[in-house]
Amino acid sequence: MSRAGGILRWRRASALRSSLPSGALAGERPPSGAVLFSGNKRLLSTAKTEPRICIVGSGPAGFYTAQHLLKHHKLAQVDIYEKLPVPFGLVRFGVAPDHPEVKNVINTFTQTAHSDRCSFYGNVTVGKDVTVEELQKAYHAVVLSYGADDNRTLGIPGEDLDGVYTARAFVGWYNGLPENRDLKPDLSSETAVVLGHGNVALDVARILLSPLEILQKTDITEDALTALARSKVKRVCLIGRRGPLQVAFTIKELREMINLPSARPFLDPADFKDLGEAVKDLPRPRKRLTELMAKTALEEPGEVVSGRWLSASKEWSLKFLCSPLEVLPTADGKQARAIRLAATRLEGSGDAAKAVPTGDTEDVMSGLILSSIGYRSLPIDPAVPFDPKRGVIPNQSGRVLGAPGLYCSGWVKRGPTGVIMTTMNDSFDTAQSVLEDLQSGALDFPDAKEGFGSVRSILQSRRIRPVSFSDWEKIDAAEVARGKLAGKPREKIVDPKEMLELIGP
Amino acid sequence: MAATRTTALLRAAASSGCRLLSASRGVRGGWAAAASLGPSRLFHASARAPLSSEDKVTVHFINRDGDKLTAQGKVGDSLLDVVIDNNLDIDGFGACEGTLACSTCHLIFEDNIFKNLDAITDEEMDMLDLAYGLTDRSRLGCQICLKKSMNNMTVRVPDAVADARQSMDMSNNSLK
Repeated sequence: MSRAGGILRWRRASALRSSLPSGALAGERPPSGAVLFSGNKRLLSTAKTEPRICIVGSGPAGFYTAQHLLKHHKLAQVDIYEKLPVPFGLVRFGVAPDHPEVKNVINTFTQTAHSDRCSFYGNVTVGKDVTVEELQKAYHAVVLSYGADDNRTLGIPGEDLDGVYTARAFVGWYNGLPENRDLKPDLSSETAVVLGHGNVALDVARILLSPLEILQKTDITEDALTALARSKVKRVCLIGRRGPLQVAFTIKELREMINLPSARPFLDPADFKDLGEAVKDLPRPRKRLTELMAKTALEEPGEVVSGRWLSASKEWSLKFLCSPLEVLPTADGKQARAIRLAATRLEGSGDAAKAVPTGDTEDVMSGLILSSIGYRSLPIDPAVPFDPKRGVIPNQSGRVLGAPGLYCSGWVKRGPTGVIMTTMNDSFDTAQSVLEDLQSGALDFPDAKEGFGSVRSILQSRRIRPVSFSDWEKIDAAEVARGKLAGKPREKIVDPKEMLELIGP
Repeated sequence: MAATRTTALLRAAASSGCRLLSASRGVRGGWAAAASLGPSRLFHASARAPLSSEDKVTVHFINRDGDKLTAQGKVGDSLLDVVIDNNLDIDGFGACEGTLACSTCHLIFEDNIFKNLDAITDEEMDMLDLAYGLTDRSRLGCQICLKKSMNNMTVRVPDAVADARQSMDMSNNSLK
């Protein structure tokens, strides 16, 4: 096997596994003392020359950071740790089941994982099974890319009543996230209220309103399908504190809602009739988004759409300038019955506008309230600085402040907003910081580090069985096979125990 | 991330190379159903006829670091096809594989070329609106198909982040 000039072309394992360089099976390392050819020079590699980098989290942030590191440093060894037995984070557990194209990035992540300088270690909870301090001893750099496991809370009375759920948990539930598999949301209310005007709010509304025939062909979990088949939800009201010019959702997702078969949009003309002047000078993206809402509110649709709306059995609406005050309970005090809202007005304009209560209130009757007001990160380990107010790891260009050798990328770095592409760019940015520091001597490089070599024994002593990428591929194959029987792309396994049983000891 | 031949095969399976709307797909080889199923594991060996000179279109890409990458495609290929098929080294290009679910194939065109491009659809504009560094000569590469009149055109890959630092390639200094 020859490798020219330290340039290792990592190959993607095709279904036929035909194109791997001999002796370099995915996930294996070249034996120490392997010879690297550089043109006519023969150089012995030793552990000294290989930077070993650890990435915590295998969602888009983790994988894009890994990708950039592997591409721009031809000797870097990158290990990706993940607390679940399965990789890909929000691409698997956050992206809606009816948005499969968005999940195409899994292909490029799989390619990265197949690099012989990249290893995946699932079923390892950093902060519990291995500490960040232990990782720092083993690696030249540790990149925290573990995202946002928690959510912002409403902080209102009645928030804990039955029938009130966070959108994060609801999305986790229909996407098979193990921790939400027992959510058992009560879908017997005819009216559902979603608090929030972002893309997650639209996702949740769309899943509640989509015809079953469409959902049945996606990778939504079987449990969710069963529950949705029994759902009584006929109307979804999406409520936001601010106005139409402050909506956080984007136009493609809005268009999708407007075009939903069998669900009719209700946008109040009063919310839009005075916007004309304000819209004129907006940047194009905001302008088009606002114009689409206004058009839906103010104009008569064409014949085909009219017909569809008239025969629609379900509906959704946007409600603005209302802030949640309290969830009102049923007589027995256990369940949500309605939500009390404070009417607000805006102070300021544009993105910076703030909602201020006017003193008026309004009640909306509903037994199903989904709070979609934002995700939030949690601290992972005492060794990692964390800003609890902003919910991020304090950093500059991905370098954790006050903690040399620690980096962060993705939502835990800049906050829980943005699409996969935003995270991609920010991960490349963090990877650049790592590369610069490797070169400048800011890290303990080129001193040798053992990487997984020393972590392995720690995990063994704690009885943790790491899941490799090829283990994941067994789980993947099983899910796809089960899905085939049901006419779905996959049937997700939602119990981590079942996943571990499948791959064996 | 530079693409590989296998990616090219996946792309061949998933797209017609031209003007995809995520709602309706014209797909080579009839893989339409599979194309809408998300991360497909299809490997469709599209038999492509060797390029004749009438078919060939040369495109120059100015990369984010200022490097000029020159590649050839066939009339009808999308610019995403050109990048993938030629394994061009453009970080993060084409993440959603041409399905109008991202804006990572955002490209900036010369005036005279831009004016003659096929009209943009709402679906493309919806995603283009989210692109960083949007200009009035911006389009998504997966939706722009090569025409003979584009021969030797130059397109620019826009910066992806506000303070784009140059990608540091360690391969020349690597053996430290």
